[in-house]
Amino acid sequence: MRDTGTPKKLVEVKNLKMHFPIRSGLLRRVTGAVKAVDDVSFDIFEGETLGLVGESGCGKSTCGRAVLRLYEPTSGSIIIDGEEIAHAPFDKLRRLRPKMQMVFQDPQASLNPRMTVAGIIGEPLMEHGKMSAKDRLDRIYELMDAVGLNRDFANRYPHEFSGGQRQRIGIARALALNPKFIVCDEPIAALDVSIQAQVVNLLEELQDRLGLTYLFISHDLSMVRHIADRVVVMYLGKVAEIGPRDGLYDDPLHPYTKALLSAVPEPDPVAHDSANRTILQGDVPSPANPPKGCNFSTRCPVAMDICRRLDPEVAEVKPGRFVACHLYNETTSQTAGNAAQTVGA
Amino acid sequence: MPDGATPFVLDVKDLKTVFRTRRGEVHAVNDVSFTLKSGELLGVVGESGSGKSVTMMSLIRLLPMPPAEIRGGSVMFEGQDLARVSEDTMRAIRGARIGMVFQDPMTSLNPVFTVGYQIIEPLRTHMGLNKAQAANRAVELLELVGIPDARRRLDDYPHQFSGGMRQRVMIAIALACDPKVLIADEPTTALDVTIQAQILELIKDLRQKLGMAIVWITHDLGVIAGIADRVMVMYGGQVVEQAPVRELFANPQHPYTRMLLETVPNIRGDRQEKLRVIQGQPPILSKAPESCPFRDRCPQAFDRCASENPVRFDVGPAHDAACFWDFKTGAPRHA
Ligand SMILES: Nc1ncnc2c1ncn2[C@@H]1O[C@H](COP(=O)(O)OP(=O)(O)OP(=O)(O)O)[C@@H](O)[C@H]1O
Ligand SMILES: Nc1ncnc2c1ncn2[C@@H]1O[C@H](COP(=O)(O)OP(=O)(O)O)[C@@H](O)[C@H]1O
Ligand code: SF4
Ligand code: SF4
Ligand SMILES: [Mg+2]
Ligand SMILES: [Mg+2]
Repeated sequence: MRDTGTPKKLVEVKNLKMHFPIRSGLLRRVTGAVKAVDDVSFDIFEGETLGLVGESGCGKSTCGRAVLRLYEPTSGSIIIDGEEIAHAPFDKLRRLRPKMQMVFQDPQASLNPRMTVAGIIGEPLMEHGKMSAKDRLDRIYELMDAVGLNRDFANRYPHEFSGGQRQRIGIARALALNPKFIVCDEPIAALDVSIQAQVVNLLEELQDRLGLTYLFISHDLSMVRHIADRVVVMYLGKVAEIGPRDGLYDDPLHPYTKALLSAVPEPDPVAHDSANRTILQGDVPSPANPPKGCNFSTRCPVAMDICRRLDPEVAEVKPGRFVACHLYNETTSQTAGNAAQTVGA
Repeated sequence: MPDGATPFVLDVKDLKTVFRTRRGEVHAVNDVSFTLKSGELLGVVGESGSGKSVTMMSLIRLLPMPPAEIRGGSVMFEGQDLARVSEDTMRAIRGARIGMVFQDPMTSLNPVFTVGYQIIEPLRTHMGLNKAQAANRAVELLELVGIPDARRRLDDYPHQFSGGMRQRVMIAIALACDPKVLIADEPTTALDVTIQAQILELIKDLRQKLGMAIVWITHDLGVIAGIADRVMVMYGGQVVEQAPVRELFANPQHPYTRMLLETVPNIRGDRQEKLRVIQGQPPILSKAPESCPFRDRCPQAFDRCASENPVRFDVGPAHDAACFWDFKTGAPRHA
């Protein structure tokens, strides 16, 4: 997908925090914060797909929405195509909006049921352009062709379509203003297996044709392996690991990444018999009250003393491989090497 | 065992369920037949709308009637035809001899009663235990499904449990009366993979301990591969293929199963550049099928498929497929 020289960073996220206030009591006073995204940094190169995975509630959607400034981030910096948007004023955001779009999980809920397909796809064109009605209709037809929707359906309503077709409508709408960057938040989670492949292939084909850059949020680790070039693994609001797809899937470094991948059941009965799974005990702690030190320490099968005291920083432990774990930090852990070997078993 | 007893704990034949709606009929289940042996785990796969849930709900008569109507078939269980027994008999069987676990534990647990009450209640009505006996049994059951500190947690309400723990509670309730058969409808679909892995381990462990037969509905081929003994694939309200689990994955004989297995990406091993796509949409079930329901999406389809709905042909040991195409000869099937 990337071929010419050093790839350009299209998206640069640095130390992004998105904390939601917790209010309680009669006066609804702020008594704490849900640290949905807590000091997250990553880059996305032009034309690439960055996968974002992790368990429910770990902050994937919040992160995706904050990056598009659908939320007011608590702190941090977000640069998209060279422009800082984390705290940009409204007019600047409005000017930049067309470049960055979102495709949502539930195609049913994200489409206005009272608008026709043409209305839904054409709405961003009305808001952001000054096209004649005829040009707009031409563009709507072009977009419908691009996502494989029959033009004859332009005047139908969303409920007349299947889930997969509705997701195509959502994608066509996201493409209307020629974006460079699209956040896809669980775009296939609500679809049937046989329809998922249709939508994923469409997203890939559009990326090749239009040079799009994706942040692909999903809890489907197999599908992320298929579509992503690099992958971010989040746990409880923080980055656990970032790495190129093949490296991360073949040789996961963070104990959480290892456990997560080993929990995915393979569609192969023979592999199950020989599988040596790490089954994590317990649940994800509440992001309102994360554990001290490493946030994974309450479930980590190889946690050490230091893990309960000190929060590990994300560090590049091999070229391109970023991990937040004391096992890989020589200065904080003497026994790191040995322990790292036992996790791999 | 009485005379004429079968080796099956459940024997379903030609079950047919239709919904009558304002916009016409939906033929959700069309002549579905299957059996379940004691101690066996039957996996049921198929996309949404293929009739998995309606089939299982029909056999325990847990459907709203109307609009649902069971138009035919028999469901033999412990010497009785559940399609014909009285509602009172059915109530005594449901939740006791046949346990159920559903996808969303939040909607199946009652939020206004404590978890303890919801386990104790069926123990008292179905098993005739007194309060103290039932409470002790409830603690045992919660421990069995891996809820720590079980006695104290009897007084908690469902919202005080995580999603994975609620599903464990549902399993405990389903197991409370020692059912012969457990029907689990997508019990891990709403859970994270790490929690799903915990539940799957639990079920494997419980099967060994309790030896009940299980019907496990899912759309996840990975889950099926991990726990099923035998698999039934449904499409368009019909059973399109049925085989022992290894046989099904190694040697699928229905075009739908074959494509389904290729359309999911792998988590390990080879990574395909492009995903195999099953073009088109699942069928609309507005009338009883007169042709193969997979015809519009099938690369193998030929003229016969348009004029006749295939029956289930034997294609190997304990293996059948409802398809006119014979992959072994690469030609249409005779007969
Ligand atoms: N508007 C909000 N106000 C308060 N808390 C919120 C808000 N939005 C999200 N959260 C909390 O932030 C955390 C992260 O939520 P988020 O939706 O980003 O998770 P996710 O990783 O996308 O999960 P899922 O896989 O279930 O979609 C959760 O604990 C959630 O309850
Ligand atoms: N209450 C209902 N009224 C009308 N149609 C229904 C009702 N419940 C289910 N159906 C239809 O029955 C078919 C099978 O549904 P279901 O068994 O729930 O599928 P699955 O469990 O395989 O996803 C679908 O076409 C569905 O739309
Ligand atoms: S820092 Fe410690 S607790 Fe955290 S993942 Fe690494 S080893 Fe486990
Ligand atoms: S019967 Fe015909 S259309 Fe149906 S699955 Fe077989 S080959 Fe395809
Ligand atoms: Mg989300
Ligand atoms: Mg269902």
